[in-house]
Amino acid sequence: MEAFTRLDSVAVPLPRPNIDTDQIIPGRFLSRPREVDHSAFLFHDARRLPGTEEPNPDFPLNQEAYRPARIIVAGRNFACGSSRESAVWALFDAGFRCAIAPSFGDIFRNNGMKNGLLPVVLPAEAVAALIAQIEAAPGARVTVDLVALTVTFPDGTVHGFEVDPFARHCLLEGLDEIGLTLSLEDQIAAFERRFGRENSR
Amino acid sequence: MSDAPRTMFEKIWDRHRVLEREDGQTLLYVDRHLMHDGGAVAFDVLRKRGLKPRAPERIFAVPDHYVPTDSRKLEEIRDPRHRELVEKLARNTAEHGIRNFGLGDPNQGIVHVIGPETGLSQPGMVMVCGDSHTSTHGALGALAFGIGSTEVAHVLATQTLWQRKPKAMRITVEGQLGPGVSAKDVILAIIAKIGAAGATGHVIEYAGSAITSLSMEGRLTLCNMSIEAGGRAGMVAPDETTFAYLAGRPYAPEDWEAAVERWRALPSDPGALFDAEVTLDGDAIEPMVTWGNSPEDALPIGGVVPGPDLAADAERREMMARMLDYMGLAPGTRLDGLPVDRVFIGSCTNSRIEDLRAAAAIARGRKVAEGVEAWVVPGSEPVKRQAEAEGLHEVFRAAGFAWREPGCSMCLGVNGDIAPPGTRVASTSNRNFMGRQGPGARTHLVSPAMAAAAAVSGHFTDVRRLMAESA
Ligand code: SF4
Repeated sequence: MEAFTRLDSVAVPLPRPNIDTDQIIPGRFLSRPREVDHSAFLFHDARRLPGTEEPNPDFPLNQEAYRPARIIVAGRNFACGSSRESAVWALFDAGFRCAIAPSFGDIFRNNGMKNGLLPVVLPAEAVAALIAQIEAAPGARVTVDLVALTVTFPDGTVHGFEVDPFARHCLLEGLDEIGLTLSLEDQIAAFERRFGRENSR
Repeated sequence: MSDAPRTMFEKIWDRHRVLEREDGQTLLYVDRHLMHDGGAVAFDVLRKRGLKPRAPERIFAVPDHYVPTDSRKLEEIRDPRHRELVEKLARNTAEHGIRNFGLGDPNQGIVHVIGPETGLSQPGMVMVCGDSHTSTHGALGALAFGIGSTEVAHVLATQTLWQRKPKAMRITVEGQLGPGVSAKDVILAIIAKIGAAGATGHVIEYAGSAITSLSMEGRLTLCNMSIEAGGRAGMVAPDETTFAYLAGRPYAPEDWEAAVERWRALPSDPGALFDAEVTLDGDAIEPMVTWGNSPEDALPIGGVVPGPDLAADAERREMMARMLDYMGLAPGTRLDGLPVDRVFIGSCTNSRIEDLRAAAAIARGRKVAEGVEAWVVPGSEPVKRQAEAEGLHEVFRAAGFAWREPGCSMCLGVNGDIAPPGTRVASTSNRNFMGRQGPGARTHLVSPAMAAAAAVSGHFTDVRRLMAESA
């Protein structure tokens, strides 16, 4: 996994609640293996005018000022719904390394943490303020620091956030959990022996 | 261990804890791991690292997402990419000695239908699947939740999963559901009340007389949509209904008496504390219809489409305007009378035998309205056989419904079963997201009886009126 420590980038606003993973990557693109670049599928339908291949000029990801964005700022319950990990891949392959929202779908949050895409939860008022700032000055930069656990807004205000310490450790080091868990084999085997006995009672 | 009263969820959690780190991360042991044809990536991860599944006997697989519903033949899957996924599941499982209920197997079906049906899903288990609707299996008193593909690979390799303990929420529905009101209406009413993120970070336990009087099929529908309220999992305490449902199933425990004795100790202790409590009046729940693009946008059939001016804030106002535009609806439109083009009865939410019986009761002696295309897609081969034994397929066919082969079908449409842009669909599935049933398709979530009522009326209508007519 790619490590994440600190990111200073343009942030793109998507001020809508309940943006589900079906919107982030529509179902018909799910059959691709991980090796395929998923960036073209990101918000595939929302980026286009209905029923056409024409880009929708109103969609923030299509706007020039937001093109370098590596941070996405969204409304509550971002990436709810389907467990498809390709929602993370599509964001990742399009250059995103962080999503900021008042709340996330639980599964997406886990998937993000395990794929080098940091989900940051900030209070709804802070997210609203951040969206106002990046909409007022498209292309404004935001800094996310996983070491200090802070987000610095374009206006210079600093906002703390929390993440699970274990997931943070893995993300900072770029570790994947499988290797770590495999080193606990003895404990898993001991558990299985105990568990098997209890179950066969 | 202390004697403090514990919730059912805590009991299951405690029992499966391999170890807990100081920072609160817990390594949980997984009893059952279910897989489907969308999960090839996880096997690739394992292969790349030279690993093998740790406990193949705990893993069960079935193709459901990419299978056709007009044929049972692999070679008739038109899209080569889809065919490859179904074949890949067969290859991967064969290579590792994992039981796969492949296409044509007498137990093939939607993963969340066949788990309970075969008796693989049992009270007290920790179950995972790379699919968000894994919450379904909680209906039997299991702790069951969906995971992403990186986590699937982790479970394959280690049979465990790192988790931070979620919070517990109890949703109590007391009272008696009225005629024509089903578990689907209950869960839509719950989500309308608490919101699509109302249970985020929580495991839900459903309780109360309206819940305990539900059949197992009803409880499965209820728990299935826990994820649509943001819940990590949904559960119902095991009771006589659960035991009667499981008895005699192919994978039911051999030492049945001992198992039942263990299961009887699972329900939450009196006085156990929940982090959140929600209550609903079961008597007041009516047949529901969604109007927007989140399951929280649900109203009783007597309702009218709300206007953005009713929104609480600017974000919601903008969202409502977008949804109304996508759904082709004007504020003030009555839901009762709204015309439909397509009807889909199926999905892991509502494709079990009881769902098909409820729909057939409405379809019997009636005709699908002119211009409406209506499908019934049974959830599994056993459901299909049972329905055919009861003659339900004849009822549907006589009414003009298509009777199809088991699979996810139009719930997600990845097998090609989609609705064209602009089509209005009455669907018994679980998600009315934009584009879920095809780009531009307009999905309204309803119960099976309400879907059948829409099919024969040509528009959404109060199923209770049709029930009164046929009575
Ligand atoms: S029926 Fe729908 S929700 Fe259920 S597993 Fe299949 S695609 Fe997912």
